[in-house]
Amino acid sequence: MIEVLNLGLAALILGLAVWTVFAREAPAAAVGFIVYGLLLTLVWLQLQGIDVALTEAAIGGGLTGVLLISAAVRLRRTEAAARAERPSTATRWLAAALSAAVTGALALCVIALPEPAPTLAPEVLANIAVTEVGNPITAVLLAFRAMDTLLEAIVLVFALIGVWSLAPDRVWGGRPGPLQPADPNGMLAYVARVLPPIGIVAGTYIFWIGADHPGGKFQGATILAAMWLLVMMAGLADAPPISRSWVRWLLVAGPLAFIAIGIVGAVTAGAFLAYPQGFAKPLILAIEFALMPTLTLVLGLMLLGAPQRSEPP
Amino acid sequence: MTAATLFGMCAAVLIGVGLYGLIVNPHPLRKILAFNVVGSGVFLLFGAIARRGAAAGMGGDPVPQALLITGIVVAFSATALAVALLLRLFEESGSVTLSSDAPARSGNDTGAD
Repeated sequence: MIEVLNLGLAALILGLAVWTVFAREAPAAAVGFIVYGLLLTLVWLQLQGIDVALTEAAIGGGLTGVLLISAAVRLRRTEAAARAERPSTATRWLAAALSAAVTGALALCVIALPEPAPTLAPEVLANIAVTEVGNPITAVLLAFRAMDTLLEAIVLVFALIGVWSLAPDRVWGGRPGPLQPADPNGMLAYVARVLPPIGIVAGTYIFWIGADHPGGKFQGATILAAMWLLVMMAGLADAPPISRSWVRWLLVAGPLAFIAIGIVGAVTAGAFLAYPQGFAKPLILAIEFALMPTLTLVLGLMLLGAPQRSEPP
Repeated sequence: MTAATLFGMCAAVLIGVGLYGLIVNPHPLRKILAFNVVGSGVFLLFGAIARRGAAAGMGGDPVPQALLITGIVVAFSATALAVALLLRLFEESGSVTLSSDAPARSGNDTGAD
């Protein structure tokens, strides 16, 4: 039974990927990509990766989807010109041959994967007690491979700086995103008043249980960012000007706290990002609490894009 | 066929489909979409490998699964940066063509370079 379900799921995903690539209109392709992301979430559940499923649903399908749809709608006029640039038949055949070769090689690799499969699960299990967290994914993210997570947080901030740097000079330091017309009695404003209290509780809960159960700061921060974006899209609140010092400080607070804890580890435990004996759990929680507001702000502002409206100083 | 093998195969096809779209679609936004399909295929392949590493009472190898979470978040930030670049290009020039010659081109032109 589950075999049939998996086969159906794989067929649906392949169909949606083909739709995303071949659909005539970009907005239709972007909608296909969102559904594709949501179905991938089910695949992650089938592959026993609940934490990955949560991340895929929140970021892979949700945030990326919204980003691509809004861009597709704004770029609608450019599609006709792009269609005229369609590559020649020979190019398309070459591309198809190359893609088929890549797929074939990867499929052979999948068949030839070593048996028994190499795994680090026993080592994680042997060392997880030291970190005092119950969720092995969180233990990997914030203890065994904390350097990856630190660099990831920094990459996010750098990407946002990159997005901001694309602002024309006259609006630098201004507010990102278009001014949303507020309709205080509209449906969107109603949803934006009712949903955030629930969303904030859900996001904080997913963040909080991340230490011992599937969940964590990325998934929680995405839900909080989504609630913030909803309020802004309904016109109930405006995006902050990016020149505000609280915005700047909050953006770097998470990574800075992470680095500070890493340096403390270098002094007290002998290695950068090592935790002194018995202090692992409190330090991991401290990092998560410091990263949470930064991640929420970065994810929300990244979706709004470069500043578009100048702000009187 | 186990779920890991099935979705590993599925991932291989996704990477191929995305790669084809990345090369053939002339519109940059469609290239970004196709690249995201390639990316999710790579993630899925990695996820299938993580599932095969199930041991010690865990449903999958937690190390690749944690790296996947990092990967998905970084892929989002790269997509956001690419979209911002594209929107700025559109704002400046009114078109988003990646072709090196004049924007107005005939339909049977090649894009093979």
